[in-house]
Amino acid sequence: MKRIFRSLFVIAVFTAPLILPPAPNAYGLSDAYKGNVYDTGRLKPTDSALKVKVGQKAPGFTLPAVSGGKVSLQDYHGKKNVVLSFVPAAWTPVCSDQWPGYNIVKDLFDAHDAILLGITVDSVPTLFSWTNQMGKLWFPVLSDFWPHGKTASEYGILRTDGVSERALFLIDRQGVIRYIDVHDINERPSLEMLIRELEKLK
Amino acid sequence: MKKFVLYSLLAVLFACFTAAPLLAAAPPAVGGQLPDFSLPAPKDSTDKSYLGVSGRLFSGPFKIPQVKANVVIIEIFSMYCPYCQAEAPNVNSLFSKIENDPALKGKIKLLGIGIGNSDYEVGVFKKKYSVPFPLFPDGDFKIHKLLGEPRTPYFIGLRINPDGSHQVFYSKLGAFEGVEAFLNQIIRLSGLK
Repeated sequence: MKRIFRSLFVIAVFTAPLILPPAPNAYGLSDAYKGNVYDTGRLKPTDSALKVKVGQKAPGFTLPAVSGGKVSLQDYHGKKNVVLSFVPAAWTPVCSDQWPGYNIVKDLFDAHDAILLGITVDSVPTLFSWTNQMGKLWFPVLSDFWPHGKTASEYGILRTDGVSERALFLIDRQGVIRYIDVHDINERPSLEMLIRELEKLK
Repeated sequence: MKKFVLYSLLAVLFACFTAAPLLAAAPPAVGGQLPDFSLPAPKDSTDKSYLGVSGRLFSGPFKIPQVKANVVIIEIFSMYCPYCQAEAPNVNSLFSKIENDPALKGKIKLLGIGIGNSDYEVGVFKKKYSVPFPLFPDGDFKIHKLLGEPRTPYFIGLRINPDGSHQVFYSKLGAFEGVEAFLNQIIRLSGLK
């Protein structure tokens, strides 16, 4: 009898996620994407071990940009503050929302003498198709595709399934990391928080 | 042990069944009513007097059918949605057309609800596109869920009757084809003229 109850319990626990409706994902709802945003469902909030910390020199990188050519972190050394916005993958709900928001606040980045670099582990052609849906972006979008996720890995934000975390790094003109937000992958970081951190750089 | 297993089993099953009603409803249907929700009192005095919710009776949260108008057009948008960004100038132009027409001014009012947007983010959108009508945040997607989680931009037309009752007469996803055509459609469907 005991065994039957135990088996029932085990079955119930394992089937519950199948019966329970997945948490509805309310991001990426813009009609701009039509039905093309892939619903990832709810994911483990973070799935990597950060390798850098605030106060440290940011690891350098040179990555291909969707608009052509290559962009290095070094290009901005001594010139501009840099915000790195890693998003997990093209065509997924929260990511499809995040950059279009940044796209209308260029003035806020300018006011704090900052450039934004958007990075994912997707290939350039995929990033091209995806970012085309967002309208014209004012900031470079970089591909950390090959060697796969090398930059994400050096920052310690490459998840075990090969996509990156949803993470923001604020790097000052001297190349020092001033703010890190490895965000819950299922949520969009608040714009207000990022702008507040930019304000602190003055 | 047996009891513990039995109760756990019941708890899991209970959780499965209670989660079901959380599934999204459909967006408001034409001929139906708006779900029951309130918006916070507008901070801006221009917005307050525009909506007619500035009286002593309405100093707190208000419900859309309390807006002083015959017709309210509700735009469900997000600061993060590229189509909403592209549509913003058209919605502004719709507002001007209404305000500049003595037959429509005061009768048709506009308001926007920014789904998943904080107060700050709604403010960024308002400033970026110089939106002349009131915008409200729905940071926790609560209203969005009540409205059946429509994609954006989504427009709802609401007719407010003299007795205070209301009806949805327009409920549709997507940018409007032309400002003039959309306005004429709103006038016709609402029975305003």
